[in-house]
Amino acid sequence: MTTTDNPPDAYQASSRETTEGTVYTVTGGDWDTVLGANLDEERIVVNMGPQHPSTHGVLRLVMELDGETVTSARTVIGYLHTGIEKNLEYRNWVQGVTFVTRMDYLAPIFNETAYSLAVEKLLGIEPPERATVIRVLCMELNRISSHLVAFATGGLELGALTAMTNAFRERELVLDVLEMITGLRMNHAYVRPGGVSQDLPAGVVEKIRELLEILPERFTGLDKMLTGNPIWQARTQNVAHLDVQGCLALGVTGPILRSAGLAWDLRKTDPYCGYENYDFDVAVTTDADCWGRFLVRKQELYESLKIIEQALDMLSPGPIMVADTKIAWPAQLALGSDGLGQSLDHVKKIMGTSMEALIHHFKLVTEGFRVPAGQVYVGIESPRGELGVHAVSDGGTRPYRVHVRDPSFANLQATAAMCEGGMLSDAIAAVASLDPVMGGVDR
Amino acid sequence: MSVTPQGSPPARSSPDGEDDTTGVGSLSSAPERADVVSSAVDAAPPPRPAGSDMFGAARGGDTSGYGGLVRKKGLGLSSERPYGGWFDEAVDALKESYRGFGDTVTRVVVDRGELTLHVRRESVAALCRHLRDNANHRYELLLGVSGVDFPDQDERLHVVYHLLSMTYRRRLRIETTCSAEDPHVASVVGVYPTADFHERETWDMFGVQFDGHPGLTRILMPDDWDGHPQRKDYPLGGVPVEYKGAQIPPPDERRSYA
Repeated sequence: MTTTDNPPDAYQASSRETTEGTVYTVTGGDWDTVLGANLDEERIVVNMGPQHPSTHGVLRLVMELDGETVTSARTVIGYLHTGIEKNLEYRNWVQGVTFVTRMDYLAPIFNETAYSLAVEKLLGIEPPERATVIRVLCMELNRISSHLVAFATGGLELGALTAMTNAFRERELVLDVLEMITGLRMNHAYVRPGGVSQDLPAGVVEKIRELLEILPERFTGLDKMLTGNPIWQARTQNVAHLDVQGCLALGVTGPILRSAGLAWDLRKTDPYCGYENYDFDVAVTTDADCWGRFLVRKQELYESLKIIEQALDMLSPGPIMVADTKIAWPAQLALGSDGLGQSLDHVKKIMGTSMEALIHHFKLVTEGFRVPAGQVYVGIESPRGELGVHAVSDGGTRPYRVHVRDPSFANLQATAAMCEGGMLSDAIAAVASLDPVMGGVDR
Repeated sequence: MSVTPQGSPPARSSPDGEDDTTGVGSLSSAPERADVVSSAVDAAPPPRPAGSDMFGAARGGDTSGYGGLVRKKGLGLSSERPYGGWFDEAVDALKESYRGFGDTVTRVVVDRGELTLHVRRESVAALCRHLRDNANHRYELLLGVSGVDFPDQDERLHVVYHLLSMTYRRRLRIETTCSAEDPHVASVVGVYPTADFHERETWDMFGVQFDGHPGLTRILMPDDWDGHPQRKDYPLGGVPVEYKGAQIPPPDERRSYA
């Protein structure tokens, strides 16, 4: 066996020449030289995700551990980037709704409403009263279903499996109502610039009133299961502390900010969609930990029920789309045997009787309406914090640029502040209490 | 939109924005509108391209009769006083408290009830620090940083910051520009730590380099990605799809009608 002369690299494998060619001998065992003095440290780098049941979708956490203590936590995102903002620029303003609804997929109505409010602000129009009330109604239903998922997945991640099954069961009740109203459980594309796509179907008000009877009991069941549970308390109390100052520096809003003691809720502080007309309280605690965030979300379930009840009382007959036929979708949608589509009466009218109506319909559907040039920013209170839409128009029929400030995106930056110095198991609780939705984070 | 050109005010199909393929100065709509009212003479129609009819229908299939008319864009003027609302007071207070106001803020635009300060790119961080700390302003929260690309402008990359003052319940937009050749803007991470992710996203999507950012790497696209997808000259991509025997082209190659 002959080694090569003066190996330039200390780690280079030795080799010998044989009749078949050069054969290298790779032995390893040089860890002492690689790690040096750090060999005694129990420093481990754990790569959690993007495929992991407790990282809320495709979030990737890279954590350095010293024993079981997290010394550094970094979040890696982008695994669910779908280019929604870029795609919006190639569709007209109304079609944009179909895209934005898929961003934060647990709060689709909020995405749609924020986008529609931005387009309406650019246009300088106000949706009719009834449409606004329906929006509020749907948003609060959606807030309940979203918070229930926060409990379900949060419970799952901390080992409270029954909380998961129960919360998903109650969520399904809410989704049934949303399906009745919009036609779909999720990704509704129901709220449109100028109003909503169709009126409430017959019988839905009664169904919601039924739901208002059932849900408080169910919430109490969840409450009983978790609030008094010593394991749940031990896993959440004094875990992942983040005070108001930290929240503001890191741009954290929503239940996390309110759990730190600042009652900042855009529905109260910067009312939109007529929220100033509803009587409800802003849930707030001063715990600033996972427990406080749990309490805030729990309280918000009941507050949403209060708003829904008032919205039902406020519903008065009227149009659900602006009267301006240069903006309002020309078709009257109707539920056919193959799903929601053009009303056959409308098709008959434009095809058979009115050429102008046909031209008008064609122009509005293919080209869309023009939106005066300018830029606006609209922020609303989604279940996760301030959901902002920055929309820029160049005067054309398509968005020039739409940027969505998704609350999960900003809130995720608090991961390091919440996890570092704590235990690895508490990092799971921290991410669960942030309740990020990767569809919104990556867009 | 319809065959008659008289659009109702909200959904104007008037000359405003018609054939506006340039996108120049679209962010300056407020002063621009005032500009056009006072000097409509300037808005002379450009020479028609060869082969188009008198209504300019060849330029995008617009049949409303106004296809050839292009509104002259404003020169990026400030809004005129009074701005209305709390804007006058806030701008005066900033002028008084911030010494470099004249050198920093190039334009003040009030449009649709929103205040925008156009700021030189090297002064963004200093101005943000003042806006955050000064008792008259108290913009505690930065809601986001994003970009807009106007390929026809010299300084094509616009960076937009949305600030929120919880104390005064006011919102403020700061806008700055840089060219694609020298895409440097001062980072505000030192003032608002939340800008970390937002600036990384703006770098990723627009290629704006934020000087002073602690680790400006791609955030949504893979690390080895080429190009910056949200720029206007970056294609959307996609493949044609066959459906029931017909070929549907990818979205950016479809007929646009406008």
